[in-house]
Amino acid sequence: MSLTKQSNAADLARAIGIDVAAKHADSVDRESRFPAEAVAAIKKDRLLSLLIPKDLGGAGAPFAEAAEVCCALAQSCASTGMIYAMHQIKTSSLVSHGQQSPWHREFMQRIAAEQLLLASATTEAGIGGDLRNSICAVQTTGDQFTLEKMATVISYGKYADAILVTARKNADAPHSDQVMVAVTKDQYKLEQIGDWDTLGMRGTCSEGFKLICAGPAEQIFPKPFAEIAAQSMLASSHLLWTSVWYGIAADAISRAQAFVRAEARKRPGSPPPGALRLAEAISLLQAVRSNVIAGLEHFALAQQSEDELMSMGFAVAMNNVKVNVSQAVVQIINHALLICGIHGYKNNTPFSVGRHLRDAHSAALMISNDRILGNSSNLLLIHKHDISLLR
Amino acid sequence: MSSTSDRVRSVLKQHAKLSVDAGALADHDDLYAVGLSSFSTVQLMLALEEEFNIEIPDKMLNRRSFESVAAITNVVDTVVG
Repeated sequence: MSLTKQSNAADLARAIGIDVAAKHADSVDRESRFPAEAVAAIKKDRLLSLLIPKDLGGAGAPFAEAAEVCCALAQSCASTGMIYAMHQIKTSSLVSHGQQSPWHREFMQRIAAEQLLLASATTEAGIGGDLRNSICAVQTTGDQFTLEKMATVISYGKYADAILVTARKNADAPHSDQVMVAVTKDQYKLEQIGDWDTLGMRGTCSEGFKLICAGPAEQIFPKPFAEIAAQSMLASSHLLWTSVWYGIAADAISRAQAFVRAEARKRPGSPPPGALRLAEAISLLQAVRSNVIAGLEHFALAQQSEDELMSMGFAVAMNNVKVNVSQAVVQIINHALLICGIHGYKNNTPFSVGRHLRDAHSAALMISNDRILGNSSNLLLIHKHDISLLR
Repeated sequence: MSSTSDRVRSVLKQHAKLSVDAGALADHDDLYAVGLSSFSTVQLMLALEEEFNIEIPDKMLNRRSFESVAAITNVVDTVVG
């Protein structure tokens, strides 16, 4: 299976990146503010409905195109790329699990028509960062539900048009028996309980909120959240996040390469000191890219079989893409910093990579690598790893 | 000699950390609704391999295969042959 571009989404994203996101990236980072200009441009070009089927008004593009858009945006502004990634993770859950439900189909039509931005509320105070457990529970009375959640993180919560929320199925359900429910802005109230003043990814505005919502019970996804998590969220989050991180590292390396080339042109005949390190960094970057592409191909293949999507081997493979890439990008950007030296360390030079490095440090901890490896280590007690070369 | 499903119930009782008594479960009750988590599913699989001296093939290592006493009994019977 090979992945090729089928729409002009990547070109649109690249133009938004260069013309809009790049211009505001420093102020988004400095002021820790939502990248409103870039998100407005994304909506204008209708990229929020990229994955929504054509019959519901979207572009019906394959998942890998969203990955390419994430990468293109992140090269200019990592926060913008990550917001787009998080939106598409929710959208792909809707596309995979909402098509049988009339309410969710109509919701997808609304997303396409109105270019609604989706956020999610999966983390909760008291569950220790494990999104497969909830304390809060949906309370259903007749055909209506109510739900209150102490969500320690809702990225761009204030700026979203709808939120997908996880909760226990009912007040008597165990912590692990969860559902997911979609709520629109007119159906929820957010009371801020936490701020977002961080090392990097400052534009995602991932503040904490008490979320209070109510609506028709048909907005609860028909499938248990455990299946949604395994069949679409695990892969879509790891693959779109890693596409963003690859984009950050790729831009840092472009800066380092421009620096080395400028040095080389000044002194033809004597290779610049950073040239060797650049070659090493580019080999690492290629490994990251290969890892992401292999993950995207594996996902495309697995989507043809529910058994494969739910298999332990697939979960371990996706976990590995996330852990590998999140570690490698920091190392790669660090090489870029060493290559560019003081020009890379200073802000506001053409070779600055400080923001890249700070943004990339989020990778290992958005779902902590230790938690992910812990999860894989449990699976590998029973799942025997694949020793073949070709799939 | 006790039946496969009785032995499955006994393994569930010891290893699945359910919120109810495994002995009282009906064959088709949803184990995930009584607290079987993804972590304890793996511990359950290991305990079943030990109890029945089997190796569960990778293609059966999925959520559906372990969703009820009946499903687990079916897995064990299939592997034991």
